[in-house]
Order: sequence, then C-alpha cells, then structure tokens
Amino acid sequence: MAALSEAASTALATRRFDWIRRNPTIVIGALILGLLATLALIAPWIADDPLGFDPLERLRRPSAEFPFGTDEFGRDVYSRVVYGARISLAVGISVATIATAAGLFIGVLCGYFRKVDNVVMRVMDGLMAIPPILLAIALITLMKASLTIVIIAISIPEIPRVVRLVRSVVLQVRGLPYIEAAIASGTRTRTIMTRHILPNTLAPLIVQATYACASAILTEAGLSFLGAGTPPEIPSWGNVISLGRTYFQIAPWIIFFPGVMLAITVLAINLMGDGLRDTLDPRIARRM
Amino acid sequence: MTNSIPMSERETVLQVKGLKKHFPVHRGVLSRVVGQVYAVDGVSFTIRQGETLCLVGESGCGKSTVAKTVMRLLEPTAGTIEVNGVDISDLSESKLRAHRRQMQIVFQDPYSSLNPRLSAGAIVSEPLTNFDLATGAALAERIAELFERVGLRPEAAAKYPHEFSGGQRQRLGIARALAVNPSLIVADEPVSALDVSVQAQVLNLLIDLQEDLGLAYLFVSHDLGVVEHIGHRIAVMYLGRIVETADNADLFGTPLHPYTEALLAAAPLPDPTIKRERLILQGDVPSPVRPPPGCHFHTRCPYAVDRCRSETPPLAEVAPDHWVACHLRPVGGPFGPLSRTI
Repeated sequence: MAALSEAASTALATRRFDWIRRNPTIVIGALILGLLATLALIAPWIADDPLGFDPLERLRRPSAEFPFGTDEFGRDVYSRVVYGARISLAVGISVATIATAAGLFIGVLCGYFRKVDNVVMRVMDGLMAIPPILLAIALITLMKASLTIVIIAISIPEIPRVVRLVRSVVLQVRGLPYIEAAIASGTRTRTIMTRHILPNTLAPLIVQATYACASAILTEAGLSFLGAGTPPEIPSWGNVISLGRTYFQIAPWIIFFPGVMLAITVLAINLMGDGLRDTLDPRIARRM
Repeated sequence: MTNSIPMSERETVLQVKGLKKHFPVHRGVLSRVVGQVYAVDGVSFTIRQGETLCLVGESGCGKSTVAKTVMRLLEPTAGTIEVNGVDISDLSESKLRAHRRQMQIVFQDPYSSLNPRLSAGAIVSEPLTNFDLATGAALAERIAELFERVGLRPEAAAKYPHEFSGGQRQRLGIARALAVNPSLIVADEPVSALDVSVQAQVLNLLIDLQEDLGLAYLFVSHDLGVVEHIGHRIAVMYLGRIVETADNADLFGTPLHPYTEALLAAAPLPDPTIKRERLILQGDVPSPVRPPPGCHFHTRCPYAVDRCRSETPPLAEVAPDHWVACHLRPVGGPFGPLSRTI
C-alpha cells in the first residue's frame, strides 16, 4: 500500500516536472512575477522610506549602503524602486481587471444582440482611435491627478480590444447547433449566456488580460515620465525615471534600475501570456 | 398504443399553412436590402400523432429551413404553425417558451449539437431543469431512464461528449429531445452524419420510440433509402415549395411529379444487374434569389410546356391523398408516362 502510494506520488511529481518542461515560459514568467509581487508586498520590511530626504547623501553611486545609489535629494533609489513595484503591479492588475470585466460584459451583449452590436461597435471603433496617453493627459488635466484617474484613463482604450475579442468568440459560438438546441429546449437567454457562451471566452480572456496588464504598466510609466500620470509624490517607476532624467549623465543609476525593473516586469508578464496562450488555446494565437 | 387507430382519425399535432421564410440580401455600406432569398415559399402540411412526415429534396431546397422555422429557431416571414392547435408563429419569445416543451429538435451534426464542456447528464437534464420538471433524486432517476430508453448505459451520464461515438452522441441528442415528453420531434437530417451501420440503429431507435410514445416526426432528409424506411408520408421539396406529397408506398410506387421521378431515378440501387429507364436532369437548381416564374421546375423539366413557364401550378389532390403541383397531372389522371418536350 505504501509502495503503491509512493509510486503514485512519484508519477505525479514526474507529470508535474513534464508540465514545467513543456511550458518553460509560463513557469519563468510566473516565478519572476511572484518574486516582484512578494517584493512589493514586503516593501516596508526590506526597504527604507522611499520619500526620506538626506541632503548629505545626494547623488551617491551604488554601494553597500545604497545598492542602487541615491538621487538628487539623497533618497534611496533601491527603496523607491521597491515601492514603485507596488504602483506598477497595482496599475497593471487593476487595468486588466477593469478592462476585462467591462469588455466581457459589452462584448457578450454585442455578440448576442445584433441590434446593440451596430451602435456599440461604432463607439468602440471611436474609442480605439484615441491614443491612451492623450486620453490620460486630457482626463488628468480635467481632474486632480491621482492613481485612480490614471487607472481609469488607461483602462478605457483597453476595453475595445477585449470587446472585439469576446464578440468574435460569441459570434462564433452562437451559431453552433448546441446553442440552437438550448433555445429549442427552453433555456432562458441568461442561462444560455452564462452556461453555454461565457465558458468559451475564458481562455482568450485570460491571455488578453495579461497583455492588457503589461501594456498598462508601460503606459503608466510613460505617463508618469511625461508628468501626466501618477502624482510626483508617489514613487512610481515612471516618476523615478522622469526625475532622474535631468541627472542621467552624472548619475545614470537613477534611471537605470527602475528602467531595468520595468523591462523585466513587462517581459515576465508577456512570457506568461504567451505561454498561457499556447497552452490554453493554440487557435487563438492566430486570432490575436 | 396509438397503432390501432387509423392515421386519418388521429389528432393533428402539427399543422403548417402557407409557411414562408425569406432572407433579405444586404449589399453596400448601408446594408440596403437588394433582394430576398426565397428559401421557403408557401409550404403547407399536417402531421398527426404517431406519424412521420419526411421532407426530401436536394441541398438548398429549403427543407432544413422549414424544420428550423417550425421550431421557431428562425422567424417565419408568413404563414401559420399550429402545434397541438395553438398557432405559435407569432408568439413572443416568453410565451413561446411554454410551447417549446411540445416540440423538440434533433440536429444533423452530433458533434456540434452537444456542448463539449457539459457532461452527458448535464446536457440531458437541461430541458428538465428549464421547465422545473425534476430536481435532485427524481432528476437523476429520470436521466437514467432516458439514457436506458435511447440505449445508453446510465453510468455514461458522467462522461463528456468527446468520449462518445457519433451514434452514441446522436442517441444523447435524442435523449435530450425526449426529456420533456414532446409530442413532436423535428429531426433535421439526424442520420446523415453517421456511418451506414449506425444509421440503421438510430433509425430503428426512432421508430421504436414513435411506436411506444406516439411521437409525431417531421423528418428532414435527402436520403431516399432512409426516407422509404421511416416515412409514413413523404413531401418532396424543390426550390422552397412542396411539389408532391403522398403516402410512402404511393410516392415510391407511382411518382407523379417529374422532379420526384428524377429524384427517385437518381437514387442508387444496391443491385448492379437491374437496368432501368433513368430520367437524368440537366443543369443546376436555379438561384432561390431569382426563382424562375411559373413552375419552379420548368427550367430543368424535360416535359415542360408553355403553360409551365408562366403559371404556377397549385398543389392539387390528383388522386386520393396524393397531392401534386404539376400542370401535366390533372385531377383524376391519366397517370401514365409523360411525353418529352425537349
């Protein structure tokens, strides 16, 4: 009995190992992201105050005391980068969630009710024509700069992509005989959507959400760099790079480390997204 | 149980009168309607309890459209559809729902007609839960009963569609249709996607179910062998209209419409030694967007006369219970061979 369960657990371990070997991109992406998320969560214990001024320690090179150096106010770049991960991940995850939820709702309605479709899709085409950076600048000019506004501004242009994806899946599925069979056997429209149509959108949605997350992180950094994003008192990677730009010839470390972190984060998310796409649904690779 | 009552005295389950289904053809940026596809253009028929009416015709003649329109999966353009005496042709979707219990459909493709993400048991239980017919233990019991009824093991309820063969999947589709005890089953080419050996099994299952439950079938098929096996009455369709309808033996014995004659002649015989006079049609079926004037069949009919090109022949009862839409077949006969005009 014991031998049997041992054999079973070895078999399970082998299977797990096989899965990892077949999907290296998902595993690598997820590991990096997990590490980043952990850093962001435990930031108060592993980093100093990211806003703490120390004029005596201005523009220090990376050293044992300041691993990533200090900026022109003597703030620890390492602490600022660690805290910046919180902003980037929060923006990425929020935008992915908002865009996916809104896009899913609108997409299903458009795909199923063709009358709604004609009107809403034209609005979506219009939304897609607005550059996200421009929309964010406009919104932030109109309202007080805050992280919430940045998240909303980045989410809006992301929604039409999700709508198009969901709509195409719904259109494809709704013509299938099993939907007709459900109608014929008296299934209510609401049940048809939740039971027969929505599950088909899940795999492409997860993949689209990872891409939305990565592009949101980049857009947030871009906006902050331009000074139209996260308020400057919050240490986001874009803000750190923006402030460091003036000094980059004498203190390149100020922009180097947040830049590298940004690249690694986006790379990790995209690796995971690509891997998920290949595993969940190889066919959607062609659709996207 | 209903077998003892003669067909003509049984209750009418489905009565379709003047059914039309036209699909608009859109073109251009503004999607202007530039024409209509006359898929079904005035079709009438009646099906009684325990009776099978077969709709036959080549692809594109509108037979599947009739099936879907009768089920209100497509909205009829005109005409009435009476199911057990109630006209469902213009009921709103919410009122229609209650009547859906009386008619169910079995589809052609046993693969795409079952949701691959649901277990067989969940698929068959959906109609039952829709109408709150059973819950809990009673539901499980009813599903087991339905599985047995269609020749599947009740334990198979936990399996998923991809674990079944084509024939078994079609049995599942039949179980789903039977779940709500309908009086009419619309079967849209239910066996044409199956292997020949499996076709016979599924057909015999349908025949057994009809005998036991007194079901009425609207059976759509292009396979004359299948139709001869299962049909009580046969209706032959051509380009959106019924051109001939008669009892099985009558239609196969003395086909009166030239199109029926050609259709029967085109069916393969399993004996290569038999030599027969074959009527072979020239050309293709005309476009249903611009159907020819007069009799739709005149463009391919070897017996056509001038009158056929201008005047639409009505479907008339030329012999007892034998209806034909042809100018060359006057009421009462004669019913001998026609003379060729081309």
